[in-house]
Amino acid sequence: MGITKAHSGSDGEVLVTRKDDVQNWIKRLLNAKGPQTAVNWSRKNSLFQYPFVTACCGMEFMSVSCSRYDIARFGAEFPRFSPRQADLLIVVGTVVQKQAPILRRVYDQMAEPKWVIAFGACASTGGFYQNYAVVDGIDNIVPVDVYIPGCPPRPEQVLDGLMMLQEKISRETATKHPVIG
Amino acid sequence: MGKIIKVRAQDAEVGAYEKAYLPEITKGIGITLRHVVKNLFGGDEKYTRTVSYPEEKVEYPVRFRGAHRLTPREDGAPRCVACFMCSTACPARCINIVAEESDDPNIEKRPKVFEIDELKCIFCGMCVEACPEDAIRMDTGEHVKPFTNRADAVYGKVDLLSMLGRTEKNGEQPVYRGAHEHRARQAPQHSPEGTLPVQDEQPEDAH
Repeated sequence: MGITKAHSGSDGEVLVTRKDDVQNWIKRLLNAKGPQTAVNWSRKNSLFQYPFVTACCGMEFMSVSCSRYDIARFGAEFPRFSPRQADLLIVVGTVVQKQAPILRRVYDQMAEPKWVIAFGACASTGGFYQNYAVVDGIDNIVPVDVYIPGCPPRPEQVLDGLMMLQEKISRETATKHPVIG
Repeated sequence: MGKIIKVRAQDAEVGAYEKAYLPEITKGIGITLRHVVKNLFGGDEKYTRTVSYPEEKVEYPVRFRGAHRLTPREDGAPRCVACFMCSTACPARCINIVAEESDDPNIEKRPKVFEIDELKCIFCGMCVEACPEDAIRMDTGEHVKPFTNRADAVYGKVDLLSMLGRTEKNGEQPVYRGAHEHRARQAPQHSPEGTLPVQDEQPEDAH
């Protein structure tokens, strides 16, 4: 990316690229309170998700995605089956030790900004699998933003979790997920 | 001995009508189309209508196993007697109890700590079935809200006691079916004077 000029933005941050100029213009156009508001608003309403479905929770995940509960209402309906194009990693189901490196790899392949939802008891804590084969919570492998309880969770719980994540994104500052890539 | 029924495998009869193929296919597509039309223009008959969740909620069934709660005694203390039945029955081992001696001479123990890890819980209802005192219930009719932190998911005694069941929410008096109530009902039949038969003390073995 070509560096045009370095100058100080409205809130004191140093802008170095043309991309930042454009982003700063959008920011100033849309927001009055915080520098990150407009960006956060765009991010939280277009979460491209990568469903990492390994177990029976997947059935309930399908129920959330389909027309009855319809996560399209939250802008998260688009499952990308390439981690490169995804913002939100939803880990649905039991993650065993052999699957753990794959999950980590998928997470590493995702581009910033990225978020992770642990869907159900197994992904969150390992659930009732307390043995040598199962990872007791995916937060041993990847950082998790929202944990959804339930075995499997009801669609309402998933939507609650999604709204919780949206709220979390809307509160984010530039240090967590910098606009400058 | 039960009656033995012999069944001979038999193919479905395929006549000229079925072999004509088109009428049967039309029938099948007709059923599909009927559902499509019903769901497009059906009005109240639609069954694929989207629930706009946060504003509009689907009522959970009466036997839905929601968030746990501890039922209180009259004085507000939990009915739990720290017998560890629930934590033993729990397949996810998500219940953590620390017992202590009770002040009440009629009650032996009470929970000092009663914690349920709602993220580990698989909502099977085994703890409710195992409880002899009707002290733990899952009748709140609410799902557990998601968490951003695993430590938040551990519900303590205060959190569990603060939740209300369906009956309390409807303004009705709850009916408990615990061992206390059972003993109160059974006591007059077993010992008319209201006293338990006293056993002779056995001399202890020397070793």
